[in-house]
Amino acid sequence: MKFVTCPSLGRRALSEFTYGGRLEKEPDQESVSEKAWTDYVFYRNGAPQTLKEWWYHRPTGIWFLFERNTLTDRITRVEFANRGIENEA
Amino acid sequence: MPLRLLKYAWKKSEDEPRFFPDEKPLKKAYDVVIIGGGGHGMACAYYLAKEHGITNVAVLEQGYIGGGNTGRNTTIVRSNYLTSEGVKFYDESLKLFEDLSDDFDLNIFYSTRGHFTLAHTDSAMRTMRWRAEVNKHHGIDSEVVDVETIQKEVPYMDMSCNGQHPVMGALYHAPGSVARHDAVAWGYARGAQQRGVEIHQKTRVTDIKTKGGKVVGVETDRGFVEAKKVISMVAGSTPRITEMLEIETPIEIFPLQACVTEPVKPFMDTIVVSGSLHVYVSQSSRGELVMGASVDPAELHSTRSTLDFVEGLTDQMMDLFPFTSRLKIMRQWAGMSDITPDFAPIMGKTDVEGFYLDAGWGTWGFKATPISGKTMAYTVANDTPHELIKPFSLSRYTDFKLVGEKGAASVGH
Repeated sequence: MKFVTCPSLGRRALSEFTYGGRLEKEPDQESVSEKAWTDYVFYRNGAPQTLKEWWYHRPTGIWFLFERNTLTDRITRVEFANRGIENEA
Repeated sequence: MPLRLLKYAWKKSEDEPRFFPDEKPLKKAYDVVIIGGGGHGMACAYYLAKEHGITNVAVLEQGYIGGGNTGRNTTIVRSNYLTSEGVKFYDESLKLFEDLSDDFDLNIFYSTRGHFTLAHTDSAMRTMRWRAEVNKHHGIDSEVVDVETIQKEVPYMDMSCNGQHPVMGALYHAPGSVARHDAVAWGYARGAQQRGVEIHQKTRVTDIKTKGGKVVGVETDRGFVEAKKVISMVAGSTPRITEMLEIETPIEIFPLQACVTEPVKPFMDTIVVSGSLHVYVSQSSRGELVMGASVDPAELHSTRSTLDFVEGLTDQMMDLFPFTSRLKIMRQWAGMSDITPDFAPIMGKTDVEGFYLDAGWGTWGFKATPISGKTMAYTVANDTPHELIKPFSLSRYTDFKLVGEKGAASVGH
């Protein structure tokens, strides 16, 4: 069983969380080019790296942002996603 | 036969020819370099040599033959897909599989079992009906069957699923089969080698060199190798290869785990899949239940196994086959699935001249081994995509021409 140390919640099983995908900047829909839109929707560098990801904690309904390495599976940073809109745009 | 057996008894082991001849030294230049010595890479090398007379070929494998995803799948072969593009492609593959044992003079243990995809909801039943109609349109043996028919074929299954999610019907695909995955890779590898192809194991490609937008060779941990054409057939390692050429793809890597139980008496001829329960199971010729579920929830470049997976899978298995609660899990492993957004592969030419891609095999790569090798060999030899793989080009995402195949994946994702 893998555990995550959360701010405020403490040590929690990773199985309590649902993966919400990579944190990515959505392009401005008014001015976006087709190329930039397909890049945002489909294309990404899938090679091993450290990513910022959305993770949802089901028991509390709180969204978190994890910094996780996709080669080692190490989570190096856990923070509240309470600035969700700010993070997204 | 007894005389042959007697002669064999007098032979010393060194008198027997080895299955694979000794590896030759790595040459300075090849016409074609194939990155990845799994089923697809070996099949491509085999068809390049056999059908196109291109034998100055090196297959470079960072590990050993068939040691990647080829040896980590659950060996199911079927063609009951959802899109016309998928159905045509996988059906050709199935036909090639049927003749492989003869082609190789090697038993690949190809065994036609019949394949049930269970539906537990109204929407799943609709997808089964849809798939059956598409399949029939292409002359493929697929039909929706009722609960009684399934129960007759698979008597040990609890059709009520412990009262949790009763089976409502299934898509039945008579040609659904299993095959010995290692033998497929070995057969292709031996066939390719006999025709002059070189296979270099423990040779890792570290970079791909280009000149004026054209491929000139690959850098390996054993030195530089010139190549006119380079094909990447590495499945789970695809993003690491495409990164070398700064080619962007929609591929993300997710581990796919599987496991086998201890061997038990033969009781199940058929392959049983439940997309809703994330379970697929067949009984191997040794009597083990070979089982898999859906991919792991988050991106990861790793073949580690987890307890979460076995707990989740066995929970569902016990609903379907209550007696399996008494069985022991013997082995568990994971492969790396290169998943695309539309659950169809990415095959063919790229923007870099001389660089070809065979990727995005996700959870459905083994069943495509023969046809992928054959169509990629054609594509490389003629420098033009084979008719069957035209819909799978990398540019389909930019053109918004996706091949939506998610409904036909064996597992929910």
